[in-house]
Amino acid sequence: MTDVNLVTPAIPVPDVIEGRSLWQDAWRRLLRNRAALASLIILGVIAFLSIFGPYALAWSYDQIDWDHVEAVPPSLALKHYLGTDSVGRDLLARTLFGGRVSLTVGLLATGVALFIGVTVGAVSGYLGGKVDQVLMRFVDLMYSVPLTFFVIILMVLFGRNFILMFLAIGSVEWLTMARIVRGQTLTLKHREFMEAARASGGSTVSILLRHVVPNVLGVVIVYVTLTIPQVILLESFLSFLGLGVQEPMTSWGVLINEGAAELEITPRTLIVPAIFMTATLFCFNFLGDGLRDALDPKDR
Amino acid sequence: MWSYLARRILIGIPTLWAIITVCFFLMRLTPGGPFDSAAPIPQEILANLRARYHLDDPLWQQYLSYLWNLLHWDFGPSFKYKDFTVTELIAQGFPVSFQNGLAALLLAIAVGVPMGIAAALAQNTPRDYAVSGLAMTGIVIPNFVMGQLLILIFGVWLKDSIFHLPAGGWNNGAFVNRILPTVTLALPFIAYLARITRGSMIEVMRANYVRTARAKGLPFRAVVIRHALKSALTPVVTFLGPATAFILTGSMVVETIFQIPGIGRYFVQGALNRDYTLVMGVTILSAALMIFMNLMVDLIYGLLDPKVRYD
Repeated sequence: MTDVNLVTPAIPVPDVIEGRSLWQDAWRRLLRNRAALASLIILGVIAFLSIFGPYALAWSYDQIDWDHVEAVPPSLALKHYLGTDSVGRDLLARTLFGGRVSLTVGLLATGVALFIGVTVGAVSGYLGGKVDQVLMRFVDLMYSVPLTFFVIILMVLFGRNFILMFLAIGSVEWLTMARIVRGQTLTLKHREFMEAARASGGSTVSILLRHVVPNVLGVVIVYVTLTIPQVILLESFLSFLGLGVQEPMTSWGVLINEGAAELEITPRTLIVPAIFMTATLFCFNFLGDGLRDALDPKDR
Repeated sequence: MWSYLARRILIGIPTLWAIITVCFFLMRLTPGGPFDSAAPIPQEILANLRARYHLDDPLWQQYLSYLWNLLHWDFGPSFKYKDFTVTELIAQGFPVSFQNGLAALLLAIAVGVPMGIAAALAQNTPRDYAVSGLAMTGIVIPNFVMGQLLILIFGVWLKDSIFHLPAGGWNNGAFVNRILPTVTLALPFIAYLARITRGSMIEVMRANYVRTARAKGLPFRAVVIRHALKSALTPVVTFLGPATAFILTGSMVVETIFQIPGIGRYFVQGALNRDYTLVMGVTILSAALMIFMNLMVDLIYGLLDPKVRYD
């Protein structure tokens, strides 16, 4: 009976051997990167708190505690777990709500940039010729515009409008994305599978959507994770200049700016939102670096 | 090379013209104007003001006369600083911003690049992690927070010690007044430079020609300085071009915090007050600077990388 044991394989072989896709491979590598994994978890927690936290708190972000219209230190009895700001609004509630606004602006503006950048880049690279020339000249031209000035002019002219804010930021952040995607598309253009797609009669649109876009996704994702923190910073910069979201709406940028003004008296009004924001920015940056390593295995 | 230069300059002119045109019409076609205020101005005065600034002329006429004046180096009168022309305001503010920016830039290069090299040569050691951590911190802390922190520390807490520095003001460019703004402006650039230098240096140190240089027995220092650094600096130069122009933008925050009479503060106040001509003037100036710096970058590439050809 002993030879039966020899025949039984030590590792059970599944009936069907599944291949691992590039994405599964990248995902495994990402999870093995401790900094990136920790960032992913922290970002998840911050996002979860920002979305659901405001519902669980006793105070809302714009509610003034009329019994204590002053900076209340952290108190469990009053349910101000991190105290209040100088006019008696709950700091934790404001920070979580501000996170909602900042993250939304970051994601939506990056989404706008992603959409314009990938479309322009892929079309430009794939079609080439005149179209490419015109689009890339336009991108070059936009690069020499002082873009922060442009965003400020837009915000002043059209008022401090939430939708306009992410449209304005998004419409200036797409340039680098377009260049990256164009470069990738150029290298893809003459590969065999692209020729096969063309030979089998795929239309330009379907080739762009089914073959070009999925293949540039890796690079794009890395760039997206690095753009989101830039947008959040830009938003806080606008808030500093008084062009951010309007009271009583708030964002991390607005809170940090308010807190910095009261730094000497109540440092926690700066420290709390600053910790949330810098942690988020840190995590996005680490995640971006981790994704780059995970998706680009040649650089190991 | 000269024809390349000439062509680039020729492309720069229509670019500048396009920027001027878009800005001009953006500002004129939106509601609100420089004479809106909380206390209503009497009709007659308003009419006089509008006539004085030619705001009642047809828009195309205003546009053409603005362009014509620009060609004569005349940026028009400021709407808010009543006794000044924009040319005068820029002539006052630009040297201040320029000196500040240049000092910050030199500081950033002097600190950031060596930091990046030090980290790259000791990849994955505590020294590398320390530099990367510091760089990340410099990138994620907004400079308006950093500026106010520095004011709190050096302007308030250390008030009675020898480390006390003025919390703001320009004081005709006294050295002590320049320290905090320069450092605040430089910190994010130090961080970016360290990060970029580290990345490109690591890549270059693996290149074959660096291995050759080491194999033929050159001292390590010579390999790094004479062979690796030159091509490792290419991405640094790419970053520095727009960054130099961007220092003007970064200075908006720093000039506002430290109350420095530079061009960035004029821009912010001009934008908030709808001072059309002032905003246009600063935007045109920084666009011209940006175009110029991008050109410089492309020329410097040729010095760093013999593979670059201008045709």
